[in-house]
Amino acid sequence: MSEVELVCIVCPASCTLKARLAGGGLEVEGAGCARGVEYARRELTNPVRHVMTVVKVRCGDLPVVSAITSKPVPKSCVFEVVKATANLEVEAPVELGQVLLENVCGASLVATRRVRRVSGAGCPASPASP
Amino acid sequence: MIERSFDVAVIGGGPAGMAAAAKAAELGLSAVLIESRDLLGGVPLQCIHPGFGLHVFGEDLTGTQFAYRLIERVERSGAEVMLRAHVHSVEVEAHDEKVVNVVAPGGVVRVRCRALIYAAGARERTIFEIGVVGDRPAGIFTAGEAQLLMDLYGVLPGREVVIVGSGDVGLIMARRFALEGARVKAVVEIMPWPGGLMRNVVQCLHDFGIPLLLSHAVVRVAGRGRVERVVVARVGEDLRPLPGTEFEIPCDTVVVAAGLRPNADLLERMGAAIDPATGGPVVNELLETTVPGVFAAGNALVVNDLVDYAVEQGERAAEGAKLFVEGGGLPAADWKPVARGRNVRLAVPHYVSGERGAVVYARVERPERNVLIRVPELGLRRFAVAVRPAEMVRLELPRSAFEGVELERLTLEVVPRE
Ligand SMILES: Cc1cc2nc3c(=O)[nH]c(=O)nc-3n(C[C@H](O)[C@H](O)[C@H](O)COP(=O)(O)OP(=O)(O)OC[C@H]3O[C@@H](n4cnc5c(N)ncnc54)[C@H](O)[C@@H]3O)c2cc1C
Repeated sequence: MSEVELVCIVCPASCTLKARLAGGGLEVEGAGCARGVEYARRELTNPVRHVMTVVKVRCGDLPVVSAITSKPVPKSCVFEVVKATANLEVEAPVELGQVLLENVCGASLVATRRVRRVSGAGCPASPASP
Repeated sequence: MIERSFDVAVIGGGPAGMAAAAKAAELGLSAVLIESRDLLGGVPLQCIHPGFGLHVFGEDLTGTQFAYRLIERVERSGAEVMLRAHVHSVEVEAHDEKVVNVVAPGGVVRVRCRALIYAAGARERTIFEIGVVGDRPAGIFTAGEAQLLMDLYGVLPGREVVIVGSGDVGLIMARRFALEGARVKAVVEIMPWPGGLMRNVVQCLHDFGIPLLLSHAVVRVAGRGRVERVVVARVGEDLRPLPGTEFEIPCDTVVVAAGLRPNADLLERMGAAIDPATGGPVVNELLETTVPGVFAAGNALVVNDLVDYAVEQGERAAEGAKLFVEGGGLPAADWKPVARGRNVRLAVPHYVSGERGAVVYARVERPERNVLIRVPELGLRRFAVAVRPAEMVRLELPRSAFEGVELERLTLEVVPRE
């Protein structure tokens, strides 16, 4: 395989990498740290990404809660995650780190914000037990 | 009218202000943190993407997660927090006595303090400031407004989007729109290179097949009631649209991500000198402005692309405030100017004493590869594979580098490596 130029996205340093698959091994030039070499390997074999989105919340002090995948998912799976969350609705309160959806593309979706419960019409002070 | 009194008052509850207030309290000062919104956090509170806190916490957090970490630190520190409290003005009554006029839910509060740390962040440039003419229909947002709508309130501002500006903010918003099912028709950038980090060009545009139009400008918006299209033109070297190169892009939404400017109005009214290169105040190595005992940190000082630097500046300002409060002023020093040398567009701080270590934050004018970032007077140099205007350069000047050196000034420069 010929040489590929990649920009490492592991951290904001954005190292420019030159990667070459040679004799079954991978040669990487330009990486500022070992994580860059690992990134080049993954990017050439199975690229992965974190997915972040927002999920609807019932009875919260905010109408949505932000969320991220617990680990990066295959790049080809990114839209599957957003589709799975499009019609999802959870009930307040939501805690930081709470799992909102399990097993989507091999990861779970966890809340990255706190949403407090507000009581009112259709929203008793504590959530109905599921 | 209520009067309160503290050693140090911190204006702005974003990362820089939170770090400043927490650090001041940790150093034993009485500190109050004054924030106009109903919660602490600043910009990261509306950033749901990761990329925050790699230096400060050694972890890759989302903006929201990062904000909660700092909020917890403020709570533990014992600093007092005033929310929904907008700073209206500051009176400098004496060298070590300032009064901050705060409009709070209970009425006007006069906060008396000896040192002040100003961390009110930056403001977004609007479509009016970037020379876009034409109609002014609904559907034009700044990136921050669009982000707030989508990520705090769950409202998609539009379906066919053109983004003006390829800084990190524009790139990240392009991805957010794409992920939520909108079509991003183009990101339009007037400069010949992207404004944001390369990693964001890759993971926000390339991943989603979003076109990046470099050396192009949105010149006109058209639409009745709602945006219907924008007119885009190629620009020449002078950044002016080239006649005859115009074309239209149909869209219903324009997102303006045309950069940030330090929110320095209050500082200016206090009489602080402003650096035209940063848009923020002129400061020394403790981040004290030209008004004694008034310090600045975070995006109010210089626009930071990394939140970690904003936090570091907040802590530095708190250390300065401690010296100021305890000594009734900063010890007299022979301040040496930091001059901008080759390929340096801006550099902060503007003066150093050599009596303690300092950290210099700078931006280059244009991208360059294989360079040395150096301060020849101190014999300091660091190699960099690449420098880009979007990525702030951070250089430590350790105390030891000043030892035995007679200085009139320092020069920060970026030069090709021979
Ligand atoms: C879209 C976007 C994406 C970003 N992504 C990243 C990233 O991935 N990684 C990273 O490290 N950094 C990122 N950053 C940069 C980071 O968010 C900033 O560097 C940081 O927020 C600066 O902190 P600050 O405290 O100076 O300002 P801010 O966060 O703007 O906080 C200023 C605070 O001051 C308050 N205030 C203003 N005026 C007054 C007043 N008169 N009275 C009282 N309060 C007042 C405001 O309400 C606000 O809460 C991003 C920024 C943006 C805009």
